[in-house]
Amino acid sequence: MYRYDEFDHDFVQARVAEFSDQVARRLAGEITEDQFRPLRLMNGVYLQLHAYMLRIAVPYGTLNSKQLRMLGHIARKYDKGYGHFTTRQNIQFNWPALSDIPAILADLASVEMHAIQTSGNCIRNVTADHFAGAAADEVADPRPYAEILRQWSSVHPEFSFLPRKFKIAVTGAERDRAAIQTHDIGLHLKKNAAGELGFAVYVGGGQGRTPMIAKKIRDFLPEADLLSYCTAILRVYNLYGRRDNKYKARIKILVHETGVEEITRQVEAEWQELKEADLKLPEADIRAIDAYFAPPALADRPEGDEVVKLARLDSKSFSEWLDQNVVTHRHPDYAAVTISLKGIGEAPGDASDSQMEAVADLAEKYAFDELRVSHEQNLILPHVARADLKAVYDALVDIGLATANSNLISDIISCPGLDYCALATARSIPVAQEISLRFASLERQREIGELKLKISGCINACGHHHVGHIGILGVEKKGAELYQVTLGGSADENTSVGEIIGRGFSSEEITDAIEQIVETYLGLRLDRNEKFIDAYRRVGPAPFKEALYAGEAKAA
Amino acid sequence: MKVLTANRLTDGEAVWYANGGWAEIIDNADVAHDKAAEDRLEAIGATAYANNEVVDVNLIDVTVANGVVEPVRLREKIRAAGPTNRNDLGKQARPEAARAA
Repeated sequence: MYRYDEFDHDFVQARVAEFSDQVARRLAGEITEDQFRPLRLMNGVYLQLHAYMLRIAVPYGTLNSKQLRMLGHIARKYDKGYGHFTTRQNIQFNWPALSDIPAILADLASVEMHAIQTSGNCIRNVTADHFAGAAADEVADPRPYAEILRQWSSVHPEFSFLPRKFKIAVTGAERDRAAIQTHDIGLHLKKNAAGELGFAVYVGGGQGRTPMIAKKIRDFLPEADLLSYCTAILRVYNLYGRRDNKYKARIKILVHETGVEEITRQVEAEWQELKEADLKLPEADIRAIDAYFAPPALADRPEGDEVVKLARLDSKSFSEWLDQNVVTHRHPDYAAVTISLKGIGEAPGDASDSQMEAVADLAEKYAFDELRVSHEQNLILPHVARADLKAVYDALVDIGLATANSNLISDIISCPGLDYCALATARSIPVAQEISLRFASLERQREIGELKLKISGCINACGHHHVGHIGILGVEKKGAELYQVTLGGSADENTSVGEIIGRGFSSEEITDAIEQIVETYLGLRLDRNEKFIDAYRRVGPAPFKEALYAGEAKAA
Repeated sequence: MKVLTANRLTDGEAVWYANGGWAEIIDNADVAHDKAAEDRLEAIGATAYANNEVVDVNLIDVTVANGVVEPVRLREKIRAAGPTNRNDLGKQARPEAARAA
C-alpha cells in the first residue's frame, strides 16, 4: 500500500502543528467560534449532539494493521471504546474532547493518517472498490489513481473553497462496488480495444435532497489525462456552480440545469487548454505510484480446497459464513473476506477498541497486513489463503464478528442519525437494530437473498437510502419520527433512485412495514434466483403499495 | 417554558444553565416561564458564548412535571440522556443522572 514520502510526512506534521496551535488559541479564547469553526471543519472536527466528532480519512478505504491498531488505541484512550465506520470508508469518533484532538492527530500522523479534508467544501476522501487489488473481475487496481487524485486534491489552492463538497469514487471492475454513479465524479477504470488503461468518466451524481444519477460525459479518458480532465471538470464547476443556495450548490444541480451536452462541451473545451500542459501524468509517475500498490506475493496454497472442504463438513456455521462473506479472489488459492460490522441487533458500522485490535492482528497474521473499509460499513481482509479461512473464521467468532450476513437484509447501511448527529431529524440506528432483530434468523435472511437496506436519519442521505433496494428516510413530522420508504434503488452498475412507496410509518410501524414488503416480494418472485431488486423492477410498486396500504384505502 | 443549553467549549459536553453555572445534567436547569426570563437566559448564553465558555447556545422548549425538567423535542431528550441505542453512554450512564422517571 501507499507509504508516505518525505513530502507527505512534512505536510501532515505541519498541519498537525498548525491545527494544534489553532486549538490552543481557541481554548485560550484568542479566536472566536466563528473564526475557529471553518478551521476545525478543515480538520475533520464537527460538533454533534453530545460532543465533538472527529472524522478520520481512510484513503480509498485502505488500512494496514498498525493503522487499525492505532484507531483502536484512540478509541480506548480518547474516546468511549468504539469507533463508527462510515459510508465514505472513513471512521468517526463520537466523543473526543477538543483539548485532546491535537494529541489524537499526532498519534494518527505517526501511522500516516490524518483528518484533513474530511469536511468542508473541498474534494473529500476519494473512495474505491473495497475489493480493489483482490477482485477476480477487475481490469486493474483503481487505488493508484485514487492516490494520484488524493495527492493532487490535498489543499489544492484552486479547489479548497468550492461551491460545495466534492466526492470522487473509482472502480476498476465492470461490477461497480464503489457506487460511482452516486458521486460528483465517478471513474470506471477500463481498457480500450488497444489494451490501454483509461476511464469512463461520470459526472453529477449525488444523493441528498435531490438525488441524481451521474451522467457519462466521456467513454474513454487515457490514464495520463486523469488530472487534466478532473481539473477541467472542477474548473467548470467552480466557475458556474451555484453559490447562492446551499441546496443547489452541488455539481449535480449544475449538470442538471446546464444539460449533459453543454456541460460536456464546457469540460472538453477547458480540457483542450490543459491536456498537453503540466497536468499530463508522466508514465513513470503513474508506474511509481502503481508500485506502492503492488499486490503481496501470494504463494500458491493449493491445500486450501481440501482444508475448506473438510472444515465445511465439520461446521455448518463456517460453511454458511463461507457462502455469504467470502468472495472469489483473482488468485484461486485465496479469497477476500468481509468482516461484518452488522452483528444482529448491533449498531451498523460500529467496532470496539478490542475488536479493532483483534482484526488488526488477524490482518497481520493471515492477510498480508492489509485491510479495507467498505462503504457498506464493513471491514475487509482482501487477501486470505483459502487454507487459512477456518482459522480466520474461528478468530472472528471469538470477537463477535463472524455474522454471515454480507449483502443480506441485516447488512444494513445506516447513518448515525439522531442518536448522535446534529443534522438528523430522526433516529436511524435503533431502526436498523430492530429490523436486524426481526430478521435475526440467518436461514430466513438467506431465503430472502440479496437485499440492500439503507437508512438515513435526514434528507442529507448519508445512509444512502435513495439507492437502497429498500430505503428508509427518517424525518420529523409533528414532533415525532416518521419513516418514509423508498423501493427500487440501487448503487451498482445499474444505478437507480428508489421511488417513495406511499405515506410514511411511525417508529412503531416501520419494522412491520419492512416485513410486509419482504413477504410481498417472497410471494411474487418467480423463483429463489430472482432477487428483490429484479423482482421490483419487473413488477413495479403496485403490489407493494397494495400490501402496505390497501386496508387504508378501503377503510377510507 | 424554556431552558438554556449549549456545549462546553473544551470537550463538547452538553450542558444546561443552572444555579448560576453550567450543569452537565438538565435536571436542575433554570426554567424561564416568561419572555423576560427567556431574555435573561438568552443574555447569559450570549455572554458565555462571547467568553468562550460554551458553543452552540440555544433556548429549548421544556415541560416540568413533578419538578423534573423534560425537553419537548426528541433531539433535546437525546442530548439530555445520551444515545438511545447505548444506555451505557451519555448522561443516562451516570449514577447522578438516574431519574425517578
